[in-house]
Amino acid sequence: MSGVSPQSESFEALAMPLFDQLYNFAHWLTQNREEAEDLVQETYAKALKGFSSFQLGTNFRAWMYRILRNTFLTSRTGLKAASTVPLDSQEDGPELAVENENPETILMRSSDSGVVQSAIDGLPVNYREVLLLCEVEEMSYQEIAETLSIPIGTVMSRLSRARKALRDGLRPKFQRG
Amino acid sequence: MLCESWRAKLDTYLDGELPEEEMRTFDAHVRGCPSCSSDALMRVQRKRAIHVAGKRFAPSAEFRKRVQRSIAAKPQRSLSMGWMLAAAVAVMVAAGVLTSTYVGTRSGRNRVFSEIADLHVETLASSSPVDVVSTDRHTVKPWFQGKIPFAFNLPELQNSEFSLLGGRMTYLEQTPGAHLIYDVRKHHISVFVFQERSLRAKLDENSLSPKNLPFNMETWSQGGLRYFVIGDASAADIDSLAKLFKAAS
Repeated sequence: MSGVSPQSESFEALAMPLFDQLYNFAHWLTQNREEAEDLVQETYAKALKGFSSFQLGTNFRAWMYRILRNTFLTSRTGLKAASTVPLDSQEDGPELAVENENPETILMRSSDSGVVQSAIDGLPVNYREVLLLCEVEEMSYQEIAETLSIPIGTVMSRLSRARKALRDGLRPKFQRG
Repeated sequence: MLCESWRAKLDTYLDGELPEEEMRTFDAHVRGCPSCSSDALMRVQRKRAIHVAGKRFAPSAEFRKRVQRSIAAKPQRSLSMGWMLAAAVAVMVAAGVLTSTYVGTRSGRNRVFSEIADLHVETLASSSPVDVVSTDRHTVKPWFQGKIPFAFNLPELQNSEFSLLGGRMTYLEQTPGAHLIYDVRKHHISVFVFQERSLRAKLDENSLSPKNLPFNMETWSQGGLRYFVIGDASAADIDSLAKLFKAAS
């Protein structure tokens, strides 16, 4: 009689539904298909290995994203990207600008995803990741805080800065037409 | 409170992350303040644009198989170990399936509600919110024939406070549907109708309680169709219009 590893089986059932979104996030971080595949593969290998330390009932999604992100930050691309991120001390203060009709909002409505994608690509990695976790993965602030291992207050201020940086990044693209 | 003070928390409000009491206070302010509601609309459009643009990369089928193979359950040599852990397998697999199903369903459900709210806001902000402009249900209903793959009934509004403004086609999760706009005491209410089977995977019948939306909303399934009634009118008005639709269907 042959059996199966219970750990692998339950891990697979939990982890594979997250595969597409983890890959999308990895590709956004690495900005390269091959590196994204390496990152996702390594994330799954590490997660499987550490699955015995994961407590069922806690947030598995945040746990997987945290492994992926920590793996990225220790990669060559991640180290390079992290060396150019704005410091948290610069991340104070809410965004007060009034969002009236302007070129950027018109652009947003034009449904030109390519332009928005290019602007997201241009963000520093710590802004890019917090924006994607909030707007694409629709994580709560608490979940983002767990994923990025930062306080909720920092999630809020970093998100605010990221949104402002995205707006600033879209303006020249619109002006170039 | 000055609008600057509200605006500082507007993104947090739209992310649904303010405490419940503050969300209600904010709702009331945004509804009554043209400047803040216009600002909120722009930010909702931006969130939607980022949401769509952010889903950019998909893994190849070959890569998925490779990773799945690498983590797949492998045959074990030790039979006794297998027996010892048999109970754990059952519990963990069940918990795994339940958790992943819950996470996936909740995420899908929130997305559907959020998209319904976006469709409502975007349509009202449009210079031509409806494609068929009529207060007569006998004009609006036939207009949808041939445009959407199902038929539905519109309620009789005589002796009610609601008036029909018109309708348009809409899409949710790549599914065509009908979008009707009603007016009650200067509030606009959207009614969306889709085929239930097209959205079933995204919605969990047992826990349809939209949260953190800046609008009142009711949703139900009837006769194979999924209805959403949403707007900034009172919950009682939303409920009244929902009842009229339920009675007509």
